[in-house]
Amino acid sequence: MEHGSFTDNSAATFSLTDEDHTIANAVRFTLNQDPRVTFCGYSIPHPSEARVNIRVQTTGDPAREVLKDACQNLMLMCRHVRSTFDKAVEDFKASNAVKAMKIDSQDSSGDDSEESE
Amino acid sequence: MAEGAGEEKKKFSIWDLPDVPMGQLPPHLELQRSRVSCNKDAPIHTESIQYSGAYASMGIDNSSRLDRFSNNFRVEVVRLNEDDMEFDMIGIDAAIANSFRRILIAELPTMAIEKVLIANNTSIIQDEVLAHRLGLVPIRVDPRLFDYLSGLIHFFSIDGLSEFMEFTLGALGNSLLLSLSIVENDQPNEKNTIVFKLYVQCKRGSPRITVKSDALKWLPNGSELVKETRNATSDSSSKPETYTYFGCSQETVPEFVKNPIIPKYPDIIIAKLGPGQEIELEAHAVKGIGKTHAKWSPVATAWYRMHPEVVLLEDIKDDLAEELKSKCPVNVFDIEDLGKGRRRATVARPRACTLCRECIRGDDWEKRVALRRVKDHFIFTIESTGALPPEVLFTEAVKILEDKCERVITELS
Repeated sequence: MEHGSFTDNSAATFSLTDEDHTIANAVRFTLNQDPRVTFCGYSIPHPSEARVNIRVQTTGDPAREVLKDACQNLMLMCRHVRSTFDKAVEDFKASNAVKAMKIDSQDSSGDDSEESE
Repeated sequence: MAEGAGEEKKKFSIWDLPDVPMGQLPPHLELQRSRVSCNKDAPIHTESIQYSGAYASMGIDNSSRLDRFSNNFRVEVVRLNEDDMEFDMIGIDAAIANSFRRILIAELPTMAIEKVLIANNTSIIQDEVLAHRLGLVPIRVDPRLFDYLSGLIHFFSIDGLSEFMEFTLGALGNSLLLSLSIVENDQPNEKNTIVFKLYVQCKRGSPRITVKSDALKWLPNGSELVKETRNATSDSSSKPETYTYFGCSQETVPEFVKNPIIPKYPDIIIAKLGPGQEIELEAHAVKGIGKTHAKWSPVATAWYRMHPEVVLLEDIKDDLAEELKSKCPVNVFDIEDLGKGRRRATVARPRACTLCRECIRGDDWEKRVALRRVKDHFIFTIESTGALPPEVLFTEAVKILEDKCERVITELS
């Protein structure tokens, strides 16, 4: 849902349902990093209503496009975080492979002694 | 002398000063931007400078570009085992790190017991308390193999309803009427429900027994409790109607062949039975998220802290060094032997620092030691409750944030 002016689309408030600080704060961060943004902020009008309002004012570009780009940026950042994290975990597991093998062998010896029900 | 000083004044240009920005911030501003200073009275410069034009007047671009982020972002795993992990996330803003944390706690789905059908309970623990305790038992099963049971929709308020909608149907916006007409999984079946049976008796004359979570037995064929049907005329040849509608046994799912569904820990105390008492019940576990109830939270906790930085502002020697070392309760400092009986304090283990500020207490210590935190270096810890390993939890959390962004983008275009 978008609340803005018909003549000037460089400023608008976007109302996202079913969202909270989780996305609003992250999007505010990426919006702030965009040089086209002159002002942005978010508010949660009422704590028992699952809704967040995001205000975007730009230097001239349509606020809608700027918000879309901010989300796109956030998504690409997430994607990078995920790949970096997966790689780090993989590396860690590989470097600990010898240690892990030892733990595994201990585990399997433990399984043998397990009593059946 | 006076003339010389005048000449120097003439030559003096602000642009020649060593801390004039040449593409980077002057040191004091850089410190404010990248560190939280933990002073004796309070921490300062706690906010992160997000605005792209914050340093525009100095000709410095504070906007972040994706390539710059990609080049600087690092992850270093410190500890990783079955249930918990610790890793360093470097080069990311608190806003995003916090989103990951919030999603881990409140928005990642797991399976938990939601409905308890009690056939008999003569123990001293009341039905509702027993049901609540059962709900909190972590179940070792991958929630990604299951769907949401939208029949739950009846239990939600209107607000909760639209919240639930998002996850069940991926519906956009608050198209309430639309979603109500597409309620599908309203019957518990093998794709959205796990059934457990609990039947324990304490015989007369025997000592009290403790019912533990391993008494919960998985029923891969669904509920065994027969529903009372109003029309007794229904043909007796068909299977009696139970509380679930399983099309096939869950045992046939390849993931469960080797890994039967059980509670993660066998030794969680559920109830105690005296002689002659018994509990007979059926527990139905469904998929849900921590926002609805904490029993669905896949983590015991997920938290981060900023990396501590301890800086000695001057050389701290001899007795003072000893004093500093003994001041610190977590043993951050070490003493270096300089020879000839001279000693000097060093910061050996900054990571252990809890910022208790014990070391800057007392006269003048604040001038010798600076306690700081690095704003973009997070020590992230995830403790899983056992449904999924911690590294998978984090990846899933990042995926959820991606999905949220995508949802906004599709709604805007």
